[in-house]
Amino acid sequence: MSKLTLQNTHIAYGDMTVVHAVSLTVEDGKIGCLLGPSGCGKTTLLRAIAGFEAVTQGTMALNDQIISAPGTSLPPEKRNIGMVFQDYALFPHLSIADNITFGMRRQSGRDRTQRVRELLALVNLSGYENRYPHELSGGQQQRIALARALAPRPRLLLLDEPFGSQDVELRAMLAREVRDILQQEGMTAILVTHDQQEAFAMADEIGVLQDGRLQQWDTGYNLYHKPQNRFVASFIGQGSLLAGTVINQDTVSTLLGPVRGQVPAHCRPESVVDVLIRPDDLKLLDSAPRKANVAERVFRGAEYLYTLAMADNSRLLALTPSHQRHEVGETVYFELDMQHRVILSRD
Amino acid sequence: MEIKSALWRAVLIGMALFTALPILAVFGYVFVPAPAVWQHLIQTVLPDYLLNTALLTLGVGVGVLLLGLPAAWLNSMCRFPGQQLFEWALLLPLAMPAYIIAYTYTGMLDFSGPVQSLLRDATGWGYGDYYFPNIRSLGGAILMLALVLFPYVYLLARAAFLEQSVCVLEVSRTLGCNPWQSFFQVALPLARPAIITGLSLALMETLADFGTVQYFGVTTFTTGIFRTWFGLGDHAAASQLAALLLGFVFMLILLERWSRRRARYHHTSSRYSRLPRHQLHGGQALAAVLVCALPLLLGFVIPVGQLLYWSLTTAAEGLNPAFFKLVSHSLLLAGLAALSALLLALVLGYGKRVRNDPLVNLTARIAAMGYAIPGTVIAVGVLIPFAWTDTQLNLLTRAWFDTRIGLLLSGTLFTVLFAYNVRFLAVSLQTVEAGLGKIKPTVDNAGRSLGLNALGVLYRLHLPLMKGTLLTALLLVFVDVLKELPATLILRPFNFNTLAVRTYELASDERLADAGLPALMIVAAGIVPVILLSRSIGKSRAGAHRKPVRQKEARETRKANEQINPAEYSHRLR
Repeated sequence: MSKLTLQNTHIAYGDMTVVHAVSLTVEDGKIGCLLGPSGCGKTTLLRAIAGFEAVTQGTMALNDQIISAPGTSLPPEKRNIGMVFQDYALFPHLSIADNITFGMRRQSGRDRTQRVRELLALVNLSGYENRYPHELSGGQQQRIALARALAPRPRLLLLDEPFGSQDVELRAMLAREVRDILQQEGMTAILVTHDQQEAFAMADEIGVLQDGRLQQWDTGYNLYHKPQNRFVASFIGQGSLLAGTVINQDTVSTLLGPVRGQVPAHCRPESVVDVLIRPDDLKLLDSAPRKANVAERVFRGAEYLYTLAMADNSRLLALTPSHQRHEVGETVYFELDMQHRVILSRD
Repeated sequence: MEIKSALWRAVLIGMALFTALPILAVFGYVFVPAPAVWQHLIQTVLPDYLLNTALLTLGVGVGVLLLGLPAAWLNSMCRFPGQQLFEWALLLPLAMPAYIIAYTYTGMLDFSGPVQSLLRDATGWGYGDYYFPNIRSLGGAILMLALVLFPYVYLLARAAFLEQSVCVLEVSRTLGCNPWQSFFQVALPLARPAIITGLSLALMETLADFGTVQYFGVTTFTTGIFRTWFGLGDHAAASQLAALLLGFVFMLILLERWSRRRARYHHTSSRYSRLPRHQLHGGQALAAVLVCALPLLLGFVIPVGQLLYWSLTTAAEGLNPAFFKLVSHSLLLAGLAALSALLLALVLGYGKRVRNDPLVNLTARIAAMGYAIPGTVIAVGVLIPFAWTDTQLNLLTRAWFDTRIGLLLSGTLFTVLFAYNVRFLAVSLQTVEAGLGKIKPTVDNAGRSLGLNALGVLYRLHLPLMKGTLLTALLLVFVDVLKELPATLILRPFNFNTLAVRTYELASDERLADAGLPALMIVAAGIVPVILLSRSIGKSRAGAHRKPVRQKEARETRKANEQINPAEYSHRLR
């Protein structure tokens, strides 16, 4: 059983608070993710969980043990938390086998050999025991770093931008591979990344961080379709915001007619709000009721992404299969087919 | 936690300040008004010192450029017979201390030396029948210093030429320059910061030189300080002279820093291709060989030959217990100095790594300035505070116990070792810092997250990764101390001789042949770091380390610990 709980965690360097009041829970065997733009505090938070940074307020607990609290911090080597570093940090003077067994000093020689073989098989690098880190490619080094972190059977595994330096095509594949490996080991893990595709591919639950504050802790699906605020709505996926006026607690009047949805509680009638419209909420049909001009077109392989300009010059995004082709400047007709209606306040 | 880190900070600053003490002590004299002393100095020796020092630096400056630049250009752009040998062999004169080359040429060119004897035998002339230039003169000193210092310019200029993108040279050709024009209009200006760095290093050595000018009877600042302090016993005047010399050295340090900073902006292209070397034939090739062979022969081969000859003729009686005692003294001093400098460097290096404290960094930087400061100045700087402390201690004991305890600090091994640490801390500190810089902080973190405590990280990760670095730091200081003359001469305990001091004494007594054996030992030791350096310069081709291949990168990090960056290390060779 490994369950990580952060309660009201603050981290500060001197006078500068870089992580504000973060609370979250990662259940046993689940993979959590901290997602955000660079400089949002996600790596600092991860390093604090590992024990390399101290918390200035709040607590961190692994199961029932407090590992970090203001003034007390269990040293990293006593936490039994594994970490895979962005630059792998393999020990250049040790062979692959010695790298992997580095954290297993208390076990017998036979157990270690056994574990090395098992882990190398798991990361698909059997037979590499006697190689040295410099002889491996970047992807192989990354998998060894993972094996090294898993070897002592840590209570929790932390991954800091583990695929950051890989090719884009390779990343998705590695993310799936690593997820499989973690699940086979039954490992509880936290991943840090700025790439939402990676987060979606790996994590059960994702926390979006901005300016050191946790904006939303949720599943990938909910982050996309039920963002709780403007930042999450714009950071996750693509979309456009359509201005509207609040009529009552569940209706907003827009250029495209009334939209029904949950209006934030503090928005009074007559105040201006925005409605989030995802590109997949729009359907382009010749028989559809609404009219717009094609302002921009981007070919994306399986689909086209259109930017539509409406009469008042506000813009909407629309996604169509790539055989449904319209020229820039052409007039098209569309309808809204919204499964989720997200209404965001302007303050 | 807070108290511990404050204590740690105090220890770091204390150590750095203690090492910086002599420099600060001498520097303090710049601000001590001493009109009477200056009046006296100006009326007597100062004009002489100023003129000789100026002429010496000017002459050596021109000399090292003339010897170093053409060789550097030929060795980076052309192919000719023996080029691969010259490429590294041209560094060998760095192993030859200037005072030793001065002894060998005096032995060869004196009236009774082989050259003049041969001349007289061949012509039948006698004494006074002919003119022969006197090597023991200002001109001779310039020649000697230029012959052993030109490798600084050669090394840095060559590295700069190799780093230049070929594209830049080719562009100048497409814009209508012939090869000579593109050398003078593109290559030379691009390499200028590096050349100025090399030049200022050579000039720092020139200002620091004591053995050569003393032997040749040229009165410069270093000999003047020595004479004023020990001959005339005028400590105030000697300190003022030392402070003035320190001022000149600071100007050179500033010049070097400035040119190094400018060097960064001189990389105009990040793309490099293999240098197409120009094959030389016939007369051109012969000229190229001469340009490279002449400085090598004059600066290393011939003097080493002379030393070998002297050593062989005197080996029978020279290899006596007294000589071995000399060797053991030298090894002891050099070994202790190397160890203590390494220890100091490790504490300061880790201190700087663990906490980036501006005050610690500043004091460490002042402490590391010793490498540029002449040994005579450091000796004076050590003697000022130590003598003061000894006097105060004796006053105290006399007042309290009515006895004198004698000199506790001055004239002990501790004093010499302290001076070595002041002079050579930069060597070990920069080596240690370079080594530590190559261990990424995530390696420490990885060790911690795999269950090591801080000491475990040090022992299981840093020690094996730093082994090469530590050895290099030890070796470089060791050899530097073996060669050091003026500070040892001034500060050594009574009757405690080293190879360098004995060489100096024998030469001063006109027993040049007897000086051959100890001198040869010093040169032999000096070759070791030159070999280290020459091994690394082949690998320092620009672009070689820029390839984005991860595997190669990793391999290089692994090798990096044994490697030396020539530009960084060049000034630590002497």
